[in-house]
Amino acid sequence: MSTQLQRSEQETDESPQEQRLERKRFDESEREAQRTEEESTGDETPYVHLKVFRYDPEVEGKREPHFDDFRVPAPQGTTVLDALMYARDEFDSTLTFRHSCRQAVCGSDALFINGSQRLGCQTQIQDLDQRPVRVEPLPHQEVEKDLVVDMEHFYDQMEAVEPYFQGETPDEEEQLQSRENREKVKMSTRCIWCGACQSSCNIAAGDNEYLGPAAINKAYRFAMDEREDDDIKQHRMNILEQEHGVWRCQTQFSCTEVCPKDIPLTEHIQEMKREAVKDNLKFW
Amino acid sequence: MSQSHNRGLIEDFGRWREFAPGMWAWIFHKFTGWVLIGYLFTHVAVLSTAISGPQLYTTTLRSLESLLLVRVLEVGLLAVATFHIMNGIRLLFIDLGVGLESQDKSFYASLVLTGAIAVASVPTFLSGAF
Ligand code: HEM
Ligand code: SF4
Ligand code: FES
Repeated sequence: MSTQLQRSEQETDESPQEQRLERKRFDESEREAQRTEEESTGDETPYVHLKVFRYDPEVEGKREPHFDDFRVPAPQGTTVLDALMYARDEFDSTLTFRHSCRQAVCGSDALFINGSQRLGCQTQIQDLDQRPVRVEPLPHQEVEKDLVVDMEHFYDQMEAVEPYFQGETPDEEEQLQSRENREKVKMSTRCIWCGACQSSCNIAAGDNEYLGPAAINKAYRFAMDEREDDDIKQHRMNILEQEHGVWRCQTQFSCTEVCPKDIPLTEHIQEMKREAVKDNLKFW
Repeated sequence: MSQSHNRGLIEDFGRWREFAPGMWAWIFHKFTGWVLIGYLFTHVAVLSTAISGPQLYTTTLRSLESLLLVRVLEVGLLAVATFHIMNGIRLLFIDLGVGLESQDKSFYASLVLTGAIAVASVPTFLSGAF
């Protein structure tokens, strides 16, 4: 089944999504080429210099935000999360950050790495251009301690779009979805609630009530699901059409740029804007 | 509950080197939009001299056009208007859901076209200015 799907994907022309991934891969290989001389010279383990944001309201002397430096071994394949864990385990056990799956699945370690929102576990040290590697908590969210930010507001926005399936379940029957419909929502289902997109969006930063890219993408995932009926879809559109809903997006593409799951967020937001326009134009 | 720390917006413009094309397009579009509004007022002010008769209008325009600064600003105005229109068309396509995957290329295309048109306009705007 899955191989069939993959094959059918390859047969079609490259979708926008694939082209974008292609481009990302290209950037990646370019960066790798730049780095071959660096770090791999000599046969001893390469080290990386980390500059890590520190703040702890409960400890005298750490109440003023500052940066700590760590020199951490970074053999090929070391991720920023690996490096942070090394720093914590070997040098400073009070260094605090969230993590769990270490494989870009749980969404707990979105960080501001070298000026961009990325998952610590998905970002390899050798793919980063600047040294030292600067690790900061996500911007536009309050810092609780070190790299840990308050995610409450992000979760509130996600909850606001009712991020769960609301189709009628026929008795003892499967909820079948057409293959086309599954393809349509495929990318949108990949969200891991990491908050990187919300943090990168400076519209969201300026307007706390703006639903933000992740929530609108979540709404897209269900509004586009044909198994939900028209009433529910209308209800979902009503949420999106509010003043601080889809219209706030000004197509900066920052969210799409940073999303670790490569969800075409701006595309989905734009589609919801058009749905909202159609919903309000009554002459067809 | 302990205090949390708000880092404010300091990260935003401080990390301009990290800005992606879409972000630059947004910044330039805002900037050019507001410059055009500003010009609109100036434009109306200059044209309004005609209310006091053709003589004043003619002398005002002649003296303005004799200033090198004005000539140079005209090239700048054309560049600003061209970019705003080009990127405005790009944004309209983005609103229609067309070409979102090439949004960075269409931004670069707007820049290149703007540059080319501005350069091509130099002989017209600056002729006789020196
Ligand atoms: C063919 C000509 C033009 C086109 C195609 C165009 C297109 C656009 C578009 C699509 C936007 C919305 C940007 C967004 O979605 O964020 C916009 C914004 C704007 N435009 Fe234009 N525009 C044109 C001419 C003008 C002129 C002549 C002026 C000034 C007199 C102007 C001033 C503005 C301003 C102030 C904004 C708002 C910027 C902001 O968001 O703060 N535009 N334009
Ligand atoms: S849409 Fe992408 S960046 Fe935003 S929360 Fe989901 S996975 Fe993270
Ligand atoms: S640790 Fe789970 S996403 Fe990085």
